[in-house]
Amino acid sequence: MVNSEKLLSVKDITKVFSIGGLLTGTRLTAVNEVYFEMGSANPEIFTLAGESGSGKTTLARLILHDIELTHGSIFYRGTDVTRIKNRKERMGFMQRVQPIFQNPFETFNPLKRVDTYLYATAVNYGIAKSGESTDGVVDDALRSVGLSLQEVQGRYPHELSGGQLQRVSVARALIPRPSLLIADEPVSMVDASLRMSIVNLFKELKETSGVSIIYITHDLATAYYISDRIAIMLRGNFVEMGPVEKVLSEPLHPYTKILKESVPKPVLGEKWKDKIELSTLEAKEFARVGCKFAGRCPSVMDICKKEDPKNFLVDERTVKCHLYAKQFKNSIL
Amino acid sequence: MGILKVEDLKAYYMTDVYGIKRTVRAVDGVSIEINENEIFGIAGESSCGKTTLMKVLSGAVKSPLTVVGGKALYSFGDGSLDILSLQEDELRKIRWKSISCILQGSMSVLNPVRRIYKTFRDFVEAHQKIEKKRDFMRRMRDHLGELGLPREVLKAYPHHLSGGMKQRVTIALATIFKPNVIIADEPTTALDVIVQRGVLQLLREIQKEQKNTIILVTHDMAVHANIADRIAIMYAGRIVEEAKASDIFENSLHPYTQHLIDSLPMIGDKSHRISIPGAPPNLADPPNGCGFHPRCSSVMGICREEVPPLIEVGDRHRVACFLVSKESGDGK
Repeated sequence: MVNSEKLLSVKDITKVFSIGGLLTGTRLTAVNEVYFEMGSANPEIFTLAGESGSGKTTLARLILHDIELTHGSIFYRGTDVTRIKNRKERMGFMQRVQPIFQNPFETFNPLKRVDTYLYATAVNYGIAKSGESTDGVVDDALRSVGLSLQEVQGRYPHELSGGQLQRVSVARALIPRPSLLIADEPVSMVDASLRMSIVNLFKELKETSGVSIIYITHDLATAYYISDRIAIMLRGNFVEMGPVEKVLSEPLHPYTKILKESVPKPVLGEKWKDKIELSTLEAKEFARVGCKFAGRCPSVMDICKKEDPKNFLVDERTVKCHLYAKQFKNSIL
Repeated sequence: MGILKVEDLKAYYMTDVYGIKRTVRAVDGVSIEINENEIFGIAGESSCGKTTLMKVLSGAVKSPLTVVGGKALYSFGDGSLDILSLQEDELRKIRWKSISCILQGSMSVLNPVRRIYKTFRDFVEAHQKIEKKRDFMRRMRDHLGELGLPREVLKAYPHHLSGGMKQRVTIALATIFKPNVIIADEPTTALDVIVQRGVLQLLREIQKEQKNTIILVTHDMAVHANIADRIAIMYAGRIVEEAKASDIFENSLHPYTQHLIDSLPMIGDKSHRISIPGAPPNLADPPNGCGFHPRCSSVMGICREEVPPLIEVGDRHRVACFLVSKESGDGK
């Protein structure tokens, strides 16, 4: 198999949602021909960043096979995830690729003890047989996120803080011993002061347990802090993808530039000066012909409104923008 | 002259269920003075009492929240009035006209089955009679135009608009009457960075134009750095430090403030950052002495027993920490 050395390869996947009725309905391309790969030799943290409504969560759900693809394919260690039919293969895939969700207060049922989730996961994936051996498995997972079974056992979600709950959520995902975690905005509901503890935990997991992570966020500051590679998403498209130092230190795509500028800095005297355009109607931008950013782009050209730009290979990264068409004619991907 | 003066305000949540009494000391002796024509930031983690303080200041005290003591004096030109002593009908008169609110989930303020202009009309009609519908529509269009929002939104339903646009529409709604004080409680927390920037810029422009006071509550210190003139840091129901924004960021004295600022990552800097160890205290059972002592790295014996007083250390710079009061010699 060609792809067997890759941990995950996502090939030109597209997801189209149909909204409304047969006659009045519209079609919305939430994810448009996205392509990326993650190697299996070294674990890495790959960030998907972009504003809300850019298709980040849809992409995550496609990879988890939570929703069906419109077209394209996803390979996990050489097997096509979209063709999994039987339960055994499906369980095998789910064991290897685990999700972490955004809001820890919604992840857990408030009427259930938090530890029941951990025990259920261990038993369902056959990591431990029910009984005392489960305690060890659960405790190990909790210890790797800086908690212990003693602290969590018998507690309900409201008895733990947001940061602690999110750690439990990570611990649960670690029980089946996955090789890939998909974390969808794991820190956006956690206080700024506790955010770093979760972010540092991901870094540690990558370094010590060799887990690769797809980190979905709109917070570029934490993305820069932990990730190796980053992809900037806009209305279903990857507009810029490459090593995080390159993309965020010297952004090339006008959207990445604006995104970077808009991150508030905890430093005085760096206030925003120029005004920015915001999108008024989301659906309009999705339906736009040509570049989706043309309506808000400061360096818009005529061609942007007519033709969808291609991906150009510029300085170790791919950029989907007409600005680089002339100069990098020969490096179309 | 300050527009709002809060004196030793105490507001507790008191519940009595089947004989089990519980008291949550959400606001425990807060004194602040807020000037006219400034953006005053209040920062702190969740469950430190920020939102409760805002509830009291906007006159929305409902059981089980009880104001135990203190005053909150507003002065809108003609004398001062204590919002805590007003009756419901008096409160109605000043709400929205003098004090308005922008809340975190304010997208849900907009009625999903009514067009935006109808929601606007409901709000305006509650305070003044609308004589002619056409004049009203013109006024609303002008108002949106001033704020740089497209006029089409008046005819739209909330689900037509993006999250950021909805949030800006509610800001427009909150500023129809050009209120003296705008209370913004986490107005950008659920929004992404680009929309956040748009919303904050709008707030700042309104403030410049109308010269009113904005009380901005958010846990994100980076937002405060961008917009606030003065900042108060709240912890466990008390103000632990209050100063001009420049002093907070360059010359902070309380260990908690320093932690808050140091824990934030920045693009271009990969150095290791850690968050504050431990978790915020349970306000139903707060620790003795200084609320921060179980998490503080420079804790001393006295911190475990006594509550540090808020002392003035410089130009309108107040801090409540024994590290500072010891140095300045008097300990009062």
